[in-house]
Amino acid sequence: MIINHPHLGPRDAAEFIYLGDASLIDRPDWQDENATEKFYEYGYLRNNPAGEHQELWYHEQGDRSWLVVTRNTLTHEITKVEMARDVARARGRSK
Amino acid sequence: MRYSAFKIFTQGLTGNKGWKPVWREPDPKPEYDIVIIGGGGHGLSTAYYLAKEYGLTNVAVLEKGWLGSGNIGRNTTIIRSNYMLPGNEPFYEFSMKLWENLEQDFNYNAMISQRSILNLVHSDAQRDAFIRRGNAMFLAGADAEYADEAQLRRELPFLDFDNARFPIKGGLYQRRGGTVRHDAVAWGYARGADSRGVDIIQNCEVTGIDIENGVCRGVQTSRGPIRAKKVAMCVAGSSGRVAAMAGMRLPIESHVLQAFVSEGLKPVLPGVITFGAGHFYVSQSDKGGLVFGGDIDGYNTYAQRGNLPVVEDVAEGGMAIMPMIGRARLLRSWGGIMDMSMDGSPFIDKTHIGGLYFNGGWCYGGFKATPASGYCYAHLLARDTPHPVATEMRLDRFKRGHIIDEKGQGNQPNLH
Repeated sequence: MIINHPHLGPRDAAEFIYLGDASLIDRPDWQDENATEKFYEYGYLRNNPAGEHQELWYHEQGDRSWLVVTRNTLTHEITKVEMARDVARARGRSK
Repeated sequence: MRYSAFKIFTQGLTGNKGWKPVWREPDPKPEYDIVIIGGGGHGLSTAYYLAKEYGLTNVAVLEKGWLGSGNIGRNTTIIRSNYMLPGNEPFYEFSMKLWENLEQDFNYNAMISQRSILNLVHSDAQRDAFIRRGNAMFLAGADAEYADEAQLRRELPFLDFDNARFPIKGGLYQRRGGTVRHDAVAWGYARGADSRGVDIIQNCEVTGIDIENGVCRGVQTSRGPIRAKKVAMCVAGSSGRVAAMAGMRLPIESHVLQAFVSEGLKPVLPGVITFGAGHFYVSQSDKGGLVFGGDIDGYNTYAQRGNLPVVEDVAEGGMAIMPMIGRARLLRSWGGIMDMSMDGSPFIDKTHIGGLYFNGGWCYGGFKATPASGYCYAHLLARDTPHPVATEMRLDRFKRGHIIDEKGQGNQPNLH
């Protein structure tokens, strides 16, 4: 697979480390009333879709940035690559 | 369908035209006591033990494709019970004991060959860890044997003992481990279940799960609705997709594992050998091909094919322990979808929905578990209590903090 890095252009997926579902950006609030339940779901439960999947890749052998890659889990086709930083900011995190 | 030497003789003289199908192809009935989703190894063994051990025969096995077309048809055929943790090892040893009597039990030749499995040791710390695991295996009634370097040099002279980076210091044997003709396992279980009255329905895809007021009433399929008192999910790599029909999220990610076969060679490997410093395992099939594999690719996927970086990684692992493998040409490779759980251990449990049961999370180790998985799942379906060797394999164990993490990797499925 080739991941089209927003800054570095097309890079071999072997340069990256895969973490998992991009919902891991949405870390629950530890002061929330249902924090235990929310952290259980955050840590352990996954949608695991067959089809479009947003996921976190870390460019370890490159610029060490985190990317949010939108990839189809049925075909391995990559349709969108964003900086995880930008995605997190758009979701109101990382102020 | 029964077999005998006499039948083979007479069929040989009459052009082999009198063989009959091994199982029926029934149309689905409108209602069953139990519907099993998934006609793979675990689903078929569940049906077999439900009928044979628990006397429940009003059972249907629904299979989307053809029987045994999933991971039972695409694995590296290794059986072993060399786990460590108390939540796992008694279960896998139970499975090993079922393997040992399986051919007599279902009267079908599955070519079970206890040719041993050897986990190589490359450092002092690893030797301590493996001997500890061997002792844990003894506690569950399994066999284990530590072999030092001198013994291995006599038994397996082709290994690269003096490798500069990963010298081989010894290894942990399980002599009762070995290999099985994987397709025959599916066929034997299917025949045994079918002859006891279980309906095996192929080309019947489940498209929905009917839930009324928190209770499962049946399934919608490509061949019409089927009502059932109990519905049992048993779909390995597709667990996430089927569970989503019931609105469930699982502690599972689907990943691809690749496997490889070389051209046929004269006998060179006496048993199964695994690399201790990377991830590589190899055995030799009865046809002579070296059957080997390594790590999963490491990203979520439902495509039954992998990518080249892992092919390279597996080949490097093979070269590190037995350089002679470099002279063999690769014949074919393939991929299968693994239901990777959050701690690397499986689930055999009820769900929060009444009448709906779940079996999955087998990671890349489901084949060896086939008999015990079916037996324990049948026990759960028949009695509504877990089998004594499967009491830890619960869906809520992460919430309770009772994880079964053999490698201590944490909730990162691609590291298990």
